[in-house]
Amino acid sequence: MGEQGVAHVWRKLRAIYNIEGNHCKTCDSYFFPPRLVCPNCRRKGQLEEHHFKGLGKVHTFAIVRQAPEGFKRQVPYIVAQVELDEGVRLTAQIVNCDPEDVEIGMRVRACFRKITEYGERGIIVYGYKFEPVLKVTGHPYP
Amino acid sequence: MGNRVAIAGVGLTKFGELWDKSLRDITLEAGMYAIFDAGIKGSEIDAVTIGNMSAGRFTGQEHLGALAVDQGGLGTIPAYSVEAACASGGAAVRHAYMAIKSGEHDAILVLGSEKMSDVNQSQAMDTVSVASDWEWEGLFGATFPALYAFMARRHMLEYGTTEEQLSLVTVKNHANAANNPWAQFQRPVPLEIVMNSGLIADPIRVLHSSPISDGAAGLIMCTEEKAKELTDIPVYIEASTQASDTLALHDREDITTMAAVKKSSREALQKAGLTINDIDVFEVHDSFTIGEIIITEDIGITEKGNGGRIVEEGLTALDGKFPVNPSGGLKARGHPIGATGVAQIAELVLQLRGDAEKRQVDGAETAMAVNIGGTGATSIVHILRR
Repeated sequence: MGEQGVAHVWRKLRAIYNIEGNHCKTCDSYFFPPRLVCPNCRRKGQLEEHHFKGLGKVHTFAIVRQAPEGFKRQVPYIVAQVELDEGVRLTAQIVNCDPEDVEIGMRVRACFRKITEYGERGIIVYGYKFEPVLKVTGHPYP
Repeated sequence: MGNRVAIAGVGLTKFGELWDKSLRDITLEAGMYAIFDAGIKGSEIDAVTIGNMSAGRFTGQEHLGALAVDQGGLGTIPAYSVEAACASGGAAVRHAYMAIKSGEHDAILVLGSEKMSDVNQSQAMDTVSVASDWEWEGLFGATFPALYAFMARRHMLEYGTTEEQLSLVTVKNHANAANNPWAQFQRPVPLEIVMNSGLIADPIRVLHSSPISDGAAGLIMCTEEKAKELTDIPVYIEASTQASDTLALHDREDITTMAAVKKSSREALQKAGLTINDIDVFEVHDSFTIGEIIITEDIGITEKGNGGRIVEEGLTALDGKFPVNPSGGLKARGHPIGATGVAQIAELVLQLRGDAEKRQVDGAETAMAVNIGGTGATSIVHILRR
């Protein structure tokens, strides 16, 4: 585990609460997590904030059965790489889905959940997880 | 060029859970063995490099360069502590290579060391996960095994790699380690035991994963001239290369391949003037068995997607055309993180000298080590020749 202070969560709240990353106007690429420099264009890059829609599909996944301290209470849980419709991938848990039901290509959407807590007296970290689109809305995402 | 870099001595501690030994005990032990093996005087060593990933978190101690010089009684020589996650050991070797090549130093004690068993398993897991992008992978619940499971699942989908193939890597590497007196697990393990071992991050099972280990390794690296004074059988480093990739696995277009491994291994072969078919023996980074499958593809032993099948065919077995991990690899020799990259080189030096006893690859003259950091964000390749 890295640092456990309040500030390290607070300074990236917009990214982890709202999936805010960026878009480079020079090369028309999207980035999440947000970057300070466009890795394609470097100094010629023009990054602007971009709010991702939070819709995508499962690119790959694992069922975690042996977890570090902050995640022990959640095992077994699904963690996946989600490919957002804008084309970027991120790493997040999949919830509202049994481990045996998750599959590659499954449509998912972002939801706001508790991620972990830093011990009994530490802060609670909230942020994005993803859930199957079908199951929650009753309608497949078009 | 005349200024080849040589390895004149190697030393290892036994790898395993070494309850009775501290970080400084094992670091000193490996260094002393390397010095004795080379027959070099302390006064002839003019620098130390040490690879270590996270002694600060595993033991509460940092500043290992000075620690090693002090404990070894090496006086006032400079010491460089190098970190590149699981490739820290390879990085220490490469730093020594560059220092000798540049003419700055003539004889360097290269160390790799990690003491992991002083913290509990859950703390050890936390520390290992900082080798990936902790802020954007680890914080969201992706353990280190989970990231390799991501790769494994895509590899299975795209190329038909099977759980049995993931397990056969374990079987092969344990069979090799059974003949390695330095290895953590000196026993064979049958396929059905591997296939039925506990899942830690599906589809990765505990026996597809390298263990938590303590251990250290050392080398004496020096100029060609110096090596000829010291030994009749110097081993030369024909190429040392390194490449980087994105820190987070999710930022890579294709997660079934390690671009940094491809680049660094091709560059190394080119610098050495060799092709993959010229290499007699390999030590590659099997922190998880899917890693060995992917790396054997990326260095060109076989085409992409075929890494699982060549294990079934025995191509990478000790008596195969491309013997991979005769030491038992990270899986069975053990994976004290910072020591691994140095231990790979130590094993290959023994192989090239013909000193590897029951796990000897007959007549080995050239060797390749592939040491990676994190999920492939760093790749360090060395080619050795007798």
